[in-house]
Amino acid sequence: MSEIIKKNLSEIIELIKKKEIKSEELAQLYIDEANKSKKLNSFITTCFDNTIKKAKEFDKKPNSASLLPGIPLAVKDLFCTNGFRTTAGSKMLENFVPNYESTVTENLWKEGAILLGKLNCDEYAMGSSNETSYFGNVINPIAKNTVPGGSSGGSASALAANLTPATIGTDTGGSIRQPASFTGTVGLKPTYGLCSRWGIVAFASSLDQAGPMTKSVKDCAIMLEAMAGFDKKDSTSIDKKKENYSKNLKPNIKGLKIGIPKEYRVENMPKEIDELWNKGKSILKDLGANLIDITLPHTKYALPTYYIVAPAEASSNLARYDGVKYGYRSSQGKDLIGMYENTRSEGFGDEVKRRILIGTYVLSSGYYDAYYLKAQKVRQLIKKDFDENFAKVDAILTPSTPSSAFKIGEKTNDPISMYLNDIFTVPVNLAGLPAISVPAGLDKKGYPLGLQLIGKTLDEQNILNIAYAFEKNCNFNNEIKKWWL
Amino acid sequence: MSIDKEKIIHISKLARISIDSKKSDSLAKDLTSIFKFIEQLNEINTDKIEPLSSILNTPLRTREDKVDDGKIRDKILKNSPKKNEEFFVVPKVIE
Repeated sequence: MSEIIKKNLSEIIELIKKKEIKSEELAQLYIDEANKSKKLNSFITTCFDNTIKKAKEFDKKPNSASLLPGIPLAVKDLFCTNGFRTTAGSKMLENFVPNYESTVTENLWKEGAILLGKLNCDEYAMGSSNETSYFGNVINPIAKNTVPGGSSGGSASALAANLTPATIGTDTGGSIRQPASFTGTVGLKPTYGLCSRWGIVAFASSLDQAGPMTKSVKDCAIMLEAMAGFDKKDSTSIDKKKENYSKNLKPNIKGLKIGIPKEYRVENMPKEIDELWNKGKSILKDLGANLIDITLPHTKYALPTYYIVAPAEASSNLARYDGVKYGYRSSQGKDLIGMYENTRSEGFGDEVKRRILIGTYVLSSGYYDAYYLKAQKVRQLIKKDFDENFAKVDAILTPSTPSSAFKIGEKTNDPISMYLNDIFTVPVNLAGLPAISVPAGLDKKGYPLGLQLIGKTLDEQNILNIAYAFEKNCNFNNEIKKWWL
Repeated sequence: MSIDKEKIIHISKLARISIDSKKSDSLAKDLTSIFKFIEQLNEINTDKIEPLSSILNTPLRTREDKVDDGKIRDKILKNSPKKNEEFFVVPKVIE
């Protein structure tokens, strides 16, 4: 029985459909495993009693026609869940219980999934190592004292440790793809507007996108299909027909043109990453793809652009936390302004404050043109780089991250070195494109590394197909020893 | 651009976050290095480039100006840290 939780989502769905396991039994297996794995700190909140209740309801009236029949799922604690605490990893929302449900999670429950609990993340999704969470560091199951990446670190850790059969995260600058790469799992950031942002705690609204994190590419297609869809409650939601990503998943990539951007070979990149990238190229070439050298000349400016745009939007979005309508309120302060200032000082952590201050500064009178407007112009150039190349190629192959998972505390004293983690993932968010990170190999420490496939706008099916073909031919094996049990 | 302590105090006032003196020193150091990094953008000439404010090609959708939920006062008040009957309570404001 305990072998079941090691299986991929698609296999578990089959077991449920064939009635080889009940939803309640399945839920109990994950609950037992989560209870044994508290050392990883991947959960902020669990709601196991409710999980069992819902699983029993499913078993009484099983609907195997749905996409996720009776499947227990834990989700990043950035998605508002009706009646269940949603913290965004912040003291500010420590006791916040939403009375509405995010559209994306609602879509999952409509397809038969059942909430297991809420997964740890960097505070307000600001971080690349899950070390900024008010609820503590998350441990990467691949090794003691190692970060799972961030900001969807709890999601990646729980998935890799078999505490949930699949999960969802959000990706503003790499927060799905980087932790997926660090834990040997699959993570997809969809086209901006494919998944509704409604009910997700906002970070940077022009960049935020929800997406699946899974053990296989097929699982990823199933989850994306369940999550995605037009939502009139999100003004940037794309109004289009739902696609059957899992049904249309085909590992045939013969004749596809894959771009290889020279700018992604960055200075001081470990040799292993370069070798892995070469391995990826040769696998795709052997499968019949044509590799084409391309240039994305503004790549190096993506991170500086991001560190203007994202904090600017964050400083506006986080202005709502004033201690009045919901969330934490300080008891200090002699007047209204004093109450605001103390609430925000005590409620936000250091990284969040740092980004609010950057954002406030770049939007302040006299500096707007020099920083924010400049960044929006460079963002245009970054998008143009992609647009021009996508006239020539079908997808782009790059490494997902410039290194494998690092130790806890290794980068916390130097914000720039932490930010550099997202060097390969950020350009995609700025251009609003879909991209998937697929596990591709292990470094000499035995830590997983991923490769990233970037697609055209709304071309998720294509990058899923390439990733599927790649996965079948890559022989990636990431057997995690359960050292924490 | 170097960010000094005074500037940190000014920005934190604008952002309504109280910052103590020791914190403002370390924030000044962090923000100086971050802005040095950000200012790489000055290498690029963007005189003739249009700013990109949204990656969607279509304008934002608008909706009819009509109440479609409403009657959720108690739900909204439920998460308030301090309330009195149907009101949010804030410290006394006298101008």
